[in-house]
Amino acid sequence: MIKYIGQRLIYIIIALFIIITATFFLMRLAPGNPFASERAVPPAIQESLNAKYGLDNPWYVQYGEYLLNTVQGDFGTSMKYKYRETNDMIAEGFPISMTLGLEAMFIAVGMGVLIGTIAALFHNKWPDYVMSIVAVIGISVPSFVMASVLQYYLALQAGWFPIAGWNGFIYSILPAVALASTPMAFIAKLTRSSMLEETNSEYVKMAKAKGISKWVVTFKHALRNALLPVVTYLAPLTAGIITGSFVIEEIFAIPGIGKYFVTSITNRDYTVIMGTTVFYSIILLLAVLIVDILYSFIDPRIKLRGGKSSGK
Amino acid sequence: MKNFKALLLFLTLTLVLAACNFGGDSGGDTSEESTSSEGESGGNKSINLSIASDPPSFHPALATDTTSGAIMASVFEGLTRLDPEGNPEPAMAENIDVSEDGLTYTYTLRDAQWSNGDPVTAQDFEYAWKWALDPENASDYAYQLYYIEGAEAYNSGEGSVDDVAVTAIDDQTLEVNLVNPTPYFDELTAFYTYYPINSTVADENPDWHTDPNGEDYIGNGPFTMENFTSSDEIVLTKNDNYWDAENVALDTVNIDMVESAATALNMYEAGELDYLGSPFNTIDLNALDRFREDGTLNVSDQAGTYMYVFNTQDEVMQNENIRKALTLAIDREGLIENVTKGEQKPATGLVPLTMEGFEEPGDYFESNNIEEAKAALETGLEELGMSDPSELTVALSYNTDEAHAAVAQFIQQGWAENLGIDITLDNAEWQVYLETLDSGEYQVGRYGWLGDFNDPINFLEIFKTDGGNNDTGWTNEEYTQLLNDAAQETDEAARTEMMKEAEEILMSEYPFAPIYFYTNLSVHEDTVQNMQADPLGNVQLKYVDIQE
Repeated sequence: MIKYIGQRLIYIIIALFIIITATFFLMRLAPGNPFASERAVPPAIQESLNAKYGLDNPWYVQYGEYLLNTVQGDFGTSMKYKYRETNDMIAEGFPISMTLGLEAMFIAVGMGVLIGTIAALFHNKWPDYVMSIVAVIGISVPSFVMASVLQYYLALQAGWFPIAGWNGFIYSILPAVALASTPMAFIAKLTRSSMLEETNSEYVKMAKAKGISKWVVTFKHALRNALLPVVTYLAPLTAGIITGSFVIEEIFAIPGIGKYFVTSITNRDYTVIMGTTVFYSIILLLAVLIVDILYSFIDPRIKLRGGKSSGK
Repeated sequence: MKNFKALLLFLTLTLVLAACNFGGDSGGDTSEESTSSEGESGGNKSINLSIASDPPSFHPALATDTTSGAIMASVFEGLTRLDPEGNPEPAMAENIDVSEDGLTYTYTLRDAQWSNGDPVTAQDFEYAWKWALDPENASDYAYQLYYIEGAEAYNSGEGSVDDVAVTAIDDQTLEVNLVNPTPYFDELTAFYTYYPINSTVADENPDWHTDPNGEDYIGNGPFTMENFTSSDEIVLTKNDNYWDAENVALDTVNIDMVESAATALNMYEAGELDYLGSPFNTIDLNALDRFREDGTLNVSDQAGTYMYVFNTQDEVMQNENIRKALTLAIDREGLIENVTKGEQKPATGLVPLTMEGFEEPGDYFESNNIEEAKAALETGLEELGMSDPSELTVALSYNTDEAHAAVAQFIQQGWAENLGIDITLDNAEWQVYLETLDSGEYQVGRYGWLGDFNDPINFLEIFKTDGGNNDTGWTNEEYTQLLNDAAQETDEAARTEMMKEAEEILMSEYPFAPIYFYTNLSVHEDTVQNMQADPLGNVQLKYVDIQE
């Protein structure tokens, strides 16, 4: 197990190196310049700006400096917001985005599994149809539409929630629900189909034949096995929630990190692009690793071993 | 096992939420505390505003945008300040003495204090202006100071700081020598690049402006920076050390950062914001008709021109008749009524209607005159050796933005239908678009110019031969000479006449197609008083009052 994790960590470092390199060169190949200004700026000022941010060096020197700074975890000062350090932006924005993301994941997994299980238990009866409709709506309505609708009806018209901002738990409910709606519907669908499969399997019939109550069979035996595909989905879900948060954060005026990730690119804010990309990569690569480790806890048949794949 | 997992998940979530205190909203907490404590002391007038994002700079000499400008005008004050109508009045300067030739300004400062109690001295102004001109400090707007003798040379790295003709004679007296008589210099000194900096503090801590919450962030304006939380909020409170504090009505200004115009609109309708509109944010386009119908929409002229510039170095666009045809064949009234909807004024000249002597729209050409446009097109095509308009393809470039795209599509349709020309649209992100224009890799490009001060020269200068903002490649000796002469002229009427003549020359050669003059749009709660943008799009929070 430890050997396995160690090996995965090495892969992560290699992946990070490739990501940093690719980002650096793509960023520089893209047209545009962080200091392009609408007003005519004397060449002397342009030069001193370039010198200040090291953009006057040849590319290999800049690349080397980037690698060095990244290893030290120092991404430098933003080129657009010249009074802000990239590290501060991440340190202040990420806890907020993470809170929102975890809440959304909690809702997505909790509600998704619940809806899916109910649908499976009442297979082809009305609760199944209702849940299916909910799931289809959830999958087909994009999160930003969901966000606008929730904001307009529940916050502005009904007045139950604040419209936007981030000053406490109540402020996080609408954005988390909007962010969770699509993955929740997806999880519900996944749970439903794998629950149906499990409830028709031999061991469940056996358990029922032994006279164990329906609820115990469902929750103790069938659900546990049915959850495996859901866990698989958790890694892409993390990615989805992180990248989806940009729109939601904009609509609900949440001071998270998603905004910097997108606006830094349009601003050609090189230091912030680099900082947020590296940071997101680390988070995503670790999320994938954690999900892989989770497998072995849920399904003891899956053994994590370095290198060779384990037999069932 | 299932229960255990649920419990574990629940515990983790609670822990995380508790640990990050709901995502580090400590800034919100302090502001709430401060508002409530103000409430206890009584007489609490506050206003809630929103801006789209963090101001790009908190240093007056580094600010380049209206958002930063609105904050700077509240926290700092120059020698003069614009009144609600946009006219300069003495502020830090008690007395302004101008020499007969209009070249030497002597300012006597009033007994004013910085927010930390230091006196505001003439040295603070000298320090701030020289700091802005130092090429090391890379101030984008340093060119605003080029009216001062020696400023341009120092800023371009050719001159020395000692030759910049701004001198603190003593603590209270500041002397400035200008290159040319500049009738609008009093307006310039109200602009943020001209604000003073507390030189004692800045000497000790050169990075004072990077931490707006720090104790070294010191201003001399009607408000002080109480709190700044990135992407979240800015709180300003009344500055009791301000010389004119008795005429400042507001105690607290809460500025939320709300990027989406639709969200800001919802917040306004729910009563969470008291004001929507320039210069802080924009009114959602979909709500404009509604606000106009219920009579709450305020519209005023702004010193700004929306235009399409032509690349006169281009093979096709070097032809004046083609440029004329394109300029004429734009239905400006239709565009304003159906697309921009902000009661903008159709533009047939360069200089906006807010400028003295230019209040009437120029009659240089007749907008939407299709017959004349067709005639010009025919001549132009002949000169280019083409027989049919369909042979001509013109690329129209703009920076990526929904509003610009809508305008471009409307004009594209007009050109295609009325002239039969094939128009391709091409958009790029702002940072890329700026380079496209600058390098002349375009045919027709969108361009907008918002005045920094309310004088025609601010617009006419764009098309001067060496004007760094002239991306059209168009030059005209006579035009440049007229502007140079106008700069020397001390007689107000003669100067205006020269500038009118210059505009006529410019318009006769069509290096660009004016489209409309910008307007300031805003709505506010009934309780908000004296909050109206001036022609430059500024709102001075100093004058705003709340009447319950």
